[in-house]
Amino acid sequence: MITTLKINGKNHQIEAPEEMPLLWVIRDIIGLTGTKFGCGVAQCGACSILVDGILVKSCSMPLSFGIGKEITTIEGASGNLEILREAWQEGNVPQCGYCQSGQLIAATFLLENNANPTDEDIDNAMSGNICRCGTYPRIKKAIHSAVKLKNQGNE
Amino acid sequence: MSNIQKINRRDFVKIFGLTSTGIILGCNISSDKKEFIPASNENSFSPNLFIQIHKNGNITLMASRSEMGQGIRTSLASAIADEMEADWKYVTVKQAIGHEKYGNQNTDGSRSVRTILEPMRKMGATAKMMLIAAAAQKWNIAESDCKAENHFIINQKTTEKIFFGDLIDVASKMPIPDENTIQLKKVEDFNYIGKTLKSVDLKDFTHGTAKYGMDIRIPNMKFAAIARCPVTFGTVKSFDSSAAEKISGVEKVIQLDRIVPPIGQFFGALGGVAVIANNTWSAFQGKINLDIEWNYGENHSFDTEKFNELLTKRVHQKGKLVPGSKGNVTNAFTNAEQLMEATYHVPFLVHTPMEVPNATAWFQGDKVAVWAPVQDPQTARAEIAHFFEIPIENITVNVTFLGGGFGRKSKSDFVVEAVALSKKINAPVQVVWTREDDVKHSFYHATSVQYLKGSINEKGQVTGWLQRVALPSIVSSFKPLSDYASGFELNQGFTNNPYHIQNFRLENVKAEAHLRIGWMRSVVHIHSGFANNSFADELAFAAKKNPIDFQMELIGKDQIIERKSDYPYNSKRMKKVLENTAKIADFNRKRPENYGIGIAVHYSFYSYVATAVEVSVIDGNVKIEEVWTTIDCGLVLNKDNVINQLEGAAIFGISLALFGKITAKEGAVEQNNFFDYQMTRMKDAPKITINIIDAMNQPPTGVGEPGVPVIAPAICNAIFNATGKRIRTLPLIDVDFS
Ligand code: FES
Ligand code: FES
Repeated sequence: MITTLKINGKNHQIEAPEEMPLLWVIRDIIGLTGTKFGCGVAQCGACSILVDGILVKSCSMPLSFGIGKEITTIEGASGNLEILREAWQEGNVPQCGYCQSGQLIAATFLLENNANPTDEDIDNAMSGNICRCGTYPRIKKAIHSAVKLKNQGNE
Repeated sequence: MSNIQKINRRDFVKIFGLTSTGIILGCNISSDKKEFIPASNENSFSPNLFIQIHKNGNITLMASRSEMGQGIRTSLASAIADEMEADWKYVTVKQAIGHEKYGNQNTDGSRSVRTILEPMRKMGATAKMMLIAAAAQKWNIAESDCKAENHFIINQKTTEKIFFGDLIDVASKMPIPDENTIQLKKVEDFNYIGKTLKSVDLKDFTHGTAKYGMDIRIPNMKFAAIARCPVTFGTVKSFDSSAAEKISGVEKVIQLDRIVPPIGQFFGALGGVAVIANNTWSAFQGKINLDIEWNYGENHSFDTEKFNELLTKRVHQKGKLVPGSKGNVTNAFTNAEQLMEATYHVPFLVHTPMEVPNATAWFQGDKVAVWAPVQDPQTARAEIAHFFEIPIENITVNVTFLGGGFGRKSKSDFVVEAVALSKKINAPVQVVWTREDDVKHSFYHATSVQYLKGSINEKGQVTGWLQRVALPSIVSSFKPLSDYASGFELNQGFTNNPYHIQNFRLENVKAEAHLRIGWMRSVVHIHSGFANNSFADELAFAAKKNPIDFQMELIGKDQIIERKSDYPYNSKRMKKVLENTAKIADFNRKRPENYGIGIAVHYSFYSYVATAVEVSVIDGNVKIEEVWTTIDCGLVLNKDNVINQLEGAAIFGISLALFGKITAKEGAVEQNNFFDYQMTRMKDAPKITINIIDAMNQPPTGVGEPGVPVIAPAICNAIFNATGKRIRTLPLIDVDFS
């Protein structure tokens, strides 16, 4: 089908089968490669994106699902994403970095919905994202420090 | 100017005679190295292959090893920058292509820092000396009156200073200093080495702009997925591609024959049926819709459960005596106060790096270009030269970021596949493995079965230790019918365990390979670390001794053992990490009911590690509560990076202990994806504390791997402490704790 997909505030005219997962539309058709493939079956979260603010595993949602909606990928920006990036860099979180697009998007979704998450909230929100390098302790710490950074900014 | 640069570089290589250090193998490097001579020559100066100083002061440093999360780009660059007295904020890192002029680029065995730190420091020191010489000439003073500091050369007489970038014209005309005159900095003078530097790639990692293998895009490139025979080395009998060809985006379906490696080297490729499409998803869909009949071949009868039974039977019979055995265990056993026996099982495992194997290749007649996440770009290049008969100088292997490697990406079968397909379709193509392909067609970490027998005297001391090891060998991937673990494998924690035991007998037991066997992070140390530490804990319990005291006794008296390497084993360092871990874990504190603590020590990649793990076992659920690891890895290049690696190693170890298990039935691997080959997730991740012993005057030793082998045994020992249940078979997910 020929359609328009709005990603990070920008409209993209595309042609792709409507059942093609958003992941591959974003990566192969539009060419934004920051969103990653890790499993293809909604198990690892590497492909996480936000669709109208909802956390979505893009490998498992078809193109048709994204039409007419606002999509945010790791190449995009939002207040929480910016602060999380800062905290990620501050905490030297990534190892290979491959899962971190998805981790940051999942963490953005968490902070959009929970301004002050506990460890348990983080465990629940982030357990859909696998990091084979094992950066979980740092991710957890970075989410807490993002909250602190944000509160400092609001003071 | 470019002339001078060429001569400089060649001389430099000559002077260093770097074959001895393993950093630059080819002394006759060609003068045609456009990749190092910037387009606008007048704007920069390259004193050697690894450094380029620009007029604006920016410095580009070349990373010759692959970045797969171990922080090597940052670490090696920081060593060069430190010796140069460069200001870190001017540094950017560029990834070297696969080429022998960079020396050995194979990134495995936790040895990058160990083997090339000193050459890298010398590269930096040379650049500094040339900048000093240039400044001295400008000021017309002696070089000894100049010093380098924070990106400037300072005139110590007048305190005048010149910026590095302003010296490049003159510096490029300075002679290359004699290697004998190079003085490396003292430990106390380091600016970056041993401190914490953040990864140079953080910005890219957090904006989705780091380019991994799968992110390579070339005009008109195709995407390919390959259906491989479920049974190792099976072949295509016939196939029907009509359904696949109907998938939108699919362009072609072609058969790819197995590319058989010559005996003794290379990996080749499995072959199968390839679907070529104009996007990844269509290629995947096409592959699912293929109808293929296979010739399964001789591995069809392979069954991991039966194989485990077979190995278990074999380890209960005598094996081949391994050199390094000593004393007389038979006597020890006869005179024992107590005898203990145990059999340990570790299943097959697979790496599952977050980024699946993939490669982009463009076969252009007499030339090949590859972009791929490879740990060993030179072997990839040599394989291409061999299998496709292309002169090696016409092959470029561009190393992308690796979304994890763990040993999987040192086998470049996926690169060979991409080149073969590109040749067939006459277009650039990216081969992408699905996660299922990765789980089902890997080079697996071998399974093992071990039988241990030990004797204790009336003082509760270990007097005899017999260990039989059945372990399919990695060598089988290079040489068929290699049915016993090889010497290098037994030297991973078996012949050289950290224990001082008078009567020690090691026996090697037959174990054939029916899957492709490869190395995975920590390799055979996973087996030795598990059995050694589990059995030590069993003996400690039998001897009614505190596990820490017992391990201390086993490590024994202070001694230094020179082995065939530059890194003698020092039992004092082993005891020190153990002592430290016991302290930070408050090991002897009484834990609440259902909680337990366990210890493990291991010596691998020349590093000393001790880990304590606390677990709880409540309502049949095992939870890893906390992990404490101490490492002595000699000189530390980047402190936070070491901590990050050790944290990651703990998580990697937890994954394999809790979930890791690959099984095969009728020759085919049964697991598919992360739902049946599970990984540690955030909710399973414990609090982790890492301590690094200050040993800055010792040479640097391994960091990426040594943190793994201790984790599984420490967990199992903790479970025993909590519940009295002894775990001898991994993984824990198969154990019923209710
Ligand atoms: S690729 Fe989508 S969840 Fe793994
Ligand atoms: S940083 Fe490598 S998978 Fe998360």
